[in-house]
Amino acid sequence: MATKASRSLARMMMAPAVTMLMGWMLVPLIMTLWFSFTKYLPLRGDSIERGLDWVGFANYSRFLSSSAFWPSVQTTLLMVGGVLLITVVLGVLLAMLLDQPMWGQGVVRILIIAPFFVMPTVSALVWKNMMMDPVNGIFAHLWRFFGSEPVAWLQDASLSSIAIIVSWQWLPFATLILLTSIQSLDSEQLEAAEMDGAPVIKRFLFIVLPHLARAITIVILIQTIFLLSIFAEIFVTTGGAFGTRTLTYLIFQRVIDSQNVGLGSAGGVYAIILANIVAIFLMRIVGKNLDA
Amino acid sequence: MARNVSTQRKIITTAAAWTIGLIIFFPIYWTILTSFKTEAQAINDPPLFFAFNWTLENYAIVQERSDYMKFLWNSVVIAGGSTIFGILIAIPAAWSMAFVPSVRTKDVLLWMLSTKMLPAVGVLYPISLVFVQFNLLDTRGGLMVVLMLINLPIIVWMLYSYFKEIPGEILEAARMDGATLKEEILYVLTPMAVPGIASTLLLNFILAWNEAFWTLNLTAANAAPLTAFIASYSSPEGLFFAKLSAASTMAIAPILILGWFSQKQLVRGLTFGAVK
Repeated sequence: MATKASRSLARMMMAPAVTMLMGWMLVPLIMTLWFSFTKYLPLRGDSIERGLDWVGFANYSRFLSSSAFWPSVQTTLLMVGGVLLITVVLGVLLAMLLDQPMWGQGVVRILIIAPFFVMPTVSALVWKNMMMDPVNGIFAHLWRFFGSEPVAWLQDASLSSIAIIVSWQWLPFATLILLTSIQSLDSEQLEAAEMDGAPVIKRFLFIVLPHLARAITIVILIQTIFLLSIFAEIFVTTGGAFGTRTLTYLIFQRVIDSQNVGLGSAGGVYAIILANIVAIFLMRIVGKNLDA
Repeated sequence: MARNVSTQRKIITTAAAWTIGLIIFFPIYWTILTSFKTEAQAINDPPLFFAFNWTLENYAIVQERSDYMKFLWNSVVIAGGSTIFGILIAIPAAWSMAFVPSVRTKDVLLWMLSTKMLPAVGVLYPISLVFVQFNLLDTRGGLMVVLMLINLPIIVWMLYSYFKEIPGEILEAARMDGATLKEEILYVLTPMAVPGIASTLLLNFILAWNEAFWTLNLTAANAAPLTAFIASYSSPEGLFFAKLSAASTMAIAPILILGWFSQKQLVRGLTFGAVK
């Protein structure tokens, strides 16, 4: 059906989107790569106009060997892994619960989805002050009510606290996707298994979980992309203190706080590599869906 | 779907689901409630759930102290502008990929998605240099362009998946009847795609509204939207719980309502159609 004329027309209509995204990707990427091989300290007078000194891989090895690097990778992995674990496990349970017949399911859905629409700066501040404040927070009231000493959440359990905040934001997303997937499960299959006397756990392990596998993978991959670049939640709560400095935040500090652009850019390249490894897996899965 | 469920089981499920739902919603509920208290009541021990004198004074103070309306207006302009701008660029692209697919269409779509994986922090400095060069720092226009580019892949994908469900025969019939391409898009395709375009608008407006990396790092005084306005409350100053609550409520209320309307599109949009 597509004639030659319509093909060239189609190409013209795609051109604006493709060109803009190409520029958005290539320009900063090339600049970051370039900076990462140079000594670039704007506060000490280095600038592009005066020419930057080429330093080879010095920034890369310095970023790797800095004492903050490995802890930041560890923090990143702990945070991403922790949030994924919480949201996927609770998400599956919640999705299965919501799939049951009940009164007011629509309202419950609205209650559960709400956190996803709260902007990150608001949710971080609300949790930091209203919930986790060691004197006036709700948790402090609860702890005192049960006769124990309130916890200074964001100092003594900083990483877990931020993980809780972030999980609260992402649990709705996981639940909604898993629920959508569970609703497409053939209920006759489950009923047949029930009649054959398969216990609940077996029904879950051999029917529900395999059906959810694809949705779980999608949840994990998409969340990982977003979680790797968590920023506002750390920015307004601890500012990277108390062991909450992730790789993203470390790079941010190198570039903005200490104004070492060369070093920060090398870190940025590491972050890009990390994100791309995740991205490749995501592409495979989404790409498969295009054929179907 | 005719599963026989005992009333007893339904009661238990309902109770469990409502309990969990209310726990998850609690921080939002608590924030909204606290925004109507005085500062002294806000930190009362034990916490006040019902018996207090409702007051609107926090809203008045917040609005007066930090020129709330200016931040709100910036948010509306930036999120709205970037979404409309993005839709205008994405419609032709999605149209051509859905109705004149070529062997490379799939690669182009996946490549567009891959630009979303670029970690923002890795390219922050180059972007701010470009912004300085073109005098875009702390302007709404600059931020609009950045947010448009960030969300463009999602907009194209969403529109593409909606357009693909429109039967191509209808467009062909219009063409047979002598409709030009412009007429075909304006009078045949667009009316059929209105629901899809509307939900794409909605979801991307929400994403742009809540974006908190570029909006925090590329604005100062003039173009700062609500994300930055709220971030300024991160260092506590005396009694401020009620004011913080009022400011938070003002920042999230419009988007919470929009969000509830678009929860179905959320799944479709953010999974790029991989879960339906």
